[in-house]
Amino acid sequence: MSVNIQAVKAIYRFEMARMFRTVVQSIVAPVLSTSLYFVIFGAAIGSRITEIDGVSYGAFIVPGLIMLSIMTESISNSSFAIYFPKFTGTIFEVLSAPISYFEVMLGYVGAAASKSVIIGSIIFVTANFFVTIDVLHPFVMVLFLVLTSISFCLFGFILGIWADGWEKLTIVPVLVIMPLTFLGGTFYSISMLPETWQKISLLNPVVYLISGFRWSFYENADVSVWLSIGMTLAFLIVCLLTVRWIFVSGYRLRN
Amino acid sequence: MEPILKIKGLSKTYAGGLEALRNVDLEINRGEIFALLGPNGAGKTTLINIVTGIVRLPAGTVSVDDHDIVRDFRATRSCIGYVPQELPIETFESVWDTCNFSRGLFGKKPNARHVENVLRDLSLWDKKDERIMTLSGGMKRRVLIAKALAHEPTILFLDEPTAGVDVELRQDMWKVVSDLSQDGVTVVFTTQYIEEAERLADRVGVINHGEIILVQEKHRLMSEMGRKQLTLHLQSSLAEVPPQLAQFGLELANEGHDLVYTYDTKGDHTGITSLLAHLHETGIRFNDLETTQSSLEEIFVGLVHQ
Repeated sequence: MSVNIQAVKAIYRFEMARMFRTVVQSIVAPVLSTSLYFVIFGAAIGSRITEIDGVSYGAFIVPGLIMLSIMTESISNSSFAIYFPKFTGTIFEVLSAPISYFEVMLGYVGAAASKSVIIGSIIFVTANFFVTIDVLHPFVMVLFLVLTSISFCLFGFILGIWADGWEKLTIVPVLVIMPLTFLGGTFYSISMLPETWQKISLLNPVVYLISGFRWSFYENADVSVWLSIGMTLAFLIVCLLTVRWIFVSGYRLRN
Repeated sequence: MEPILKIKGLSKTYAGGLEALRNVDLEINRGEIFALLGPNGAGKTTLINIVTGIVRLPAGTVSVDDHDIVRDFRATRSCIGYVPQELPIETFESVWDTCNFSRGLFGKKPNARHVENVLRDLSLWDKKDERIMTLSGGMKRRVLIAKALAHEPTILFLDEPTAGVDVELRQDMWKVVSDLSQDGVTVVFTTQYIEEAERLADRVGVINHGEIILVQEKHRLMSEMGRKQLTLHLQSSLAEVPPQLAQFGLELANEGHDLVYTYDTKGDHTGITSLLAHLHETGIRFNDLETTQSSLEEIFVGLVHQ
């Protein structure tokens, strides 16, 4: 089957242009807020916290903070990217174009994931100004960065299609994703929790992402890195299948 | 003439139970201008939305250029341009960017010359770098047309293209449609303005309650279904139609100064000669007479109220 590469490029460029048009909101804001975390938890409070598994607290939270930003920005960017055309009605053009669901997804999710990787990279560079960071497994780090970006962009894409109002668009990130992220080991190792809470934490999928990502930096992990990769891929596949079902069934897109 | 669009047995019922289309059969010929008339809620937009792929095809078959719209959706959608009734448009984009976006979306490689020509034809060239949010409603409608033409479609659907636009813009739109037709583009449009169909269309279709109730060449429709009226301006006004003339179904107008006779142009005998003879016999004199033919609008109203 032929691929409408021009359409994928058109959507991708359109979305990337939107990011650069709103550079303060898209890039500066998440980088600034993450930098504030470094200042507060890394420099101010972190100096009074002992090392965790031989890593200074300031450096320990870097992978978690990058993941935190990537997850929230991925969901926010991709959900808005597909919700806004639905809201304004401009989605008609995509629905009437000679383009498959896979190509639509490739354009929107590809652009949103690119933004997330850019933001994650900028935060990584910024973190180096505050703390000393070692990356023991750069390839695995990039793998987690890309897989997490794509997975959460897909999740955001699903959210944007599901949402039929602005409230629904924000309710999932605020009430579900944010608590899971904060309780997923961004600021601590789950081994620091009581045993019962450690077991409960393992039900949180974000734990696996942050643990695996942190392993790529310091070889410190709450769970096996292979389990982390497996969970990330499983989440990615579930999201892909859901997007496929949405387009095949026309859910919330076609009458 | 060879049909470019074939619709067979098309039915559509929305989730809420609304039956929007009922077993619609319709063929649109290559290169023609086809006007689809119908009152609000008749099913015009649903019909177009199914052909363009915006609404799922529930029952029936639709083919464009002999390609099935579901199985060969890439082929069919590539050759269709669509201008919706509303004004859904990327308000923060420039005119130039949004047109190029549309071209890419429909699988065409960038072609600045073509997009420039489209914008010039629609008097949008001097607005190409402006954000769409700064344009007037009429200009936004032009941008929507430019977007639909950016990928060089061979069949163009215009859903009420001149709704809410001023007279000057409406005439510009008519010119655009005529020019496109001359270039070989098939144009299908819906409209509330019967005058528009009367002026532009080669053929007219009338849809009501989801059913196509008539498809006819415009001139033939008007001659076949058009009724004519003969108005006689009387020398002396009448209080009532004399009983001797009851067989003609005459009406008095203009406070009894005019006598109006309605006749069917399809009939073998219009009855005019007989009427004039009867008038002479009854001593009714007239100063002048005139005939008028019913417009497409009157035909349309007559059809949808049958």
